[in-house]
Amino acid sequence: MSRPADYYMRNRAIHPPAFTPDYKTSVARSPRYALISLENTVSEITGPRFGHNDIDPGDNDLLTNYVQAGESPIGERIILHGRVLDENARPVPETLVEIWQANAGGRYRHKKDTYLAPIDPNFGGCGRTLTDENGYYCFRTVKPGAYPWRNMVNNWRPAHIHLSVFGSGFVQRLITQCYFEGDPLIPICPIVQTIPDPDAIEQLTATLDLNATIPLDSIAYKFDIVLRGRRSTLFENRPEGN
Amino acid sequence: MAQKLAYLKETASQTAGPYVHIGLAPGAAGFDIYEQELGHDIAGPNAKGERIRIAGRVIDGMGAPIKDVLIEVWQANTDGHYAHPEGGGPVEDAFRGWGRVISDFETGEWSFETVKPGKTQGRNTAMQAPHLNLWIVARGINVGLNTRLYFSDEPEANAADPVLNLIEWEHRRATLIATRSEEGGAPLYRFDIRLQGEDETVFFDV
Repeated sequence: MSRPADYYMRNRAIHPPAFTPDYKTSVARSPRYALISLENTVSEITGPRFGHNDIDPGDNDLLTNYVQAGESPIGERIILHGRVLDENARPVPETLVEIWQANAGGRYRHKKDTYLAPIDPNFGGCGRTLTDENGYYCFRTVKPGAYPWRNMVNNWRPAHIHLSVFGSGFVQRLITQCYFEGDPLIPICPIVQTIPDPDAIEQLTATLDLNATIPLDSIAYKFDIVLRGRRSTLFENRPEGN
Repeated sequence: MAQKLAYLKETASQTAGPYVHIGLAPGAAGFDIYEQELGHDIAGPNAKGERIRIAGRVIDGMGAPIKDVLIEVWQANTDGHYAHPEGGGPVEDAFRGWGRVISDFETGEWSFETVKPGKTQGRNTAMQAPHLNLWIVARGINVGLNTRLYFSDEPEANAADPVLNLIEWEHRRATLIATRSEEGGAPLYRFDIRLQGEDETVFFDV
């Protein structure tokens, strides 16, 4: 019989390299030496696990998790939903998904953000949830606005939501950004364009999902996340514990 | 044409950006939203073993400390077991082995408290020296960087460690060893991470 073993090697061709000079901050923050390749041990195959006692059920609703009584954030009400799968197309159940984003005007609730667009008093901008047994997750929020940043003189980030996902092994740990279908800022963003593979950029772009909208309430976008898959040992002589 | 393989492709990484704290450490961003923030207590109250503090900075290629970095820690308990079904054995109640720490916005200094891990099983029969697995994200880092922290007071285990011994340039192994000292009678390990340039820390493709 087979049993789960190492994770598949990360395909670095679809990920951004460390040194991407058009995204200027990467210049001084990218290692110059090659990464040392490491076959998985117990340290890599294992990872933290989270349960329902770690979070509150309402943590995935950004329309209500930071509001004053009777109020609501301003902006386009959206549902962001999808599945967390692995490269074998198997669902990743009970895994923690965390998101953060700017408000509808492109302003972050962060003491270091000084953009002149105002804070929304009813919007925090972070949420978290656990996937269900089918790997499914769902958030309710407002669609974030584009915002300017100090890179080149006139650079604007596309509307985006940051996502952090765990998986079941620490090697699956991933932080990424979700963009929105049809946004003309996507092809001219130096951070998006750190990714060399056009298909990989498309995979970061959420699709309008009319079937999941709630009529007269919220529009919906679908965003599936794929984490690294895992091999099963078929023929390998190795004592237990890898 | 050959058959197509049906594997999905991993979602590409993007930088965590300068406002990563909003999502992963909202208290530091300046607002309270969650009943409990995750990652503040690595070992829990019942963990056996030596209580230690680890502190350091992440330094960029200009020699400047990074003040918007976030580091996650993943470690075994003092018996060398991870809190995971495949972790090698049982762990103490409330031992999570995972933590999340951010640097100070003004100084770039970070620190966390935990217990010193034990040796863990390596591949095949080799044992791994006590180590913490670290994952580093920040503005300007496109894909999270993996490294390991080993302990200066474990010279024999470090010399036999199969991962340290993978590093062909022996002088680079020293970049992964935290230096033990005392602080108010308690053990403190210093671990500076240099992203680029002289004494660049070893990073792994895990």
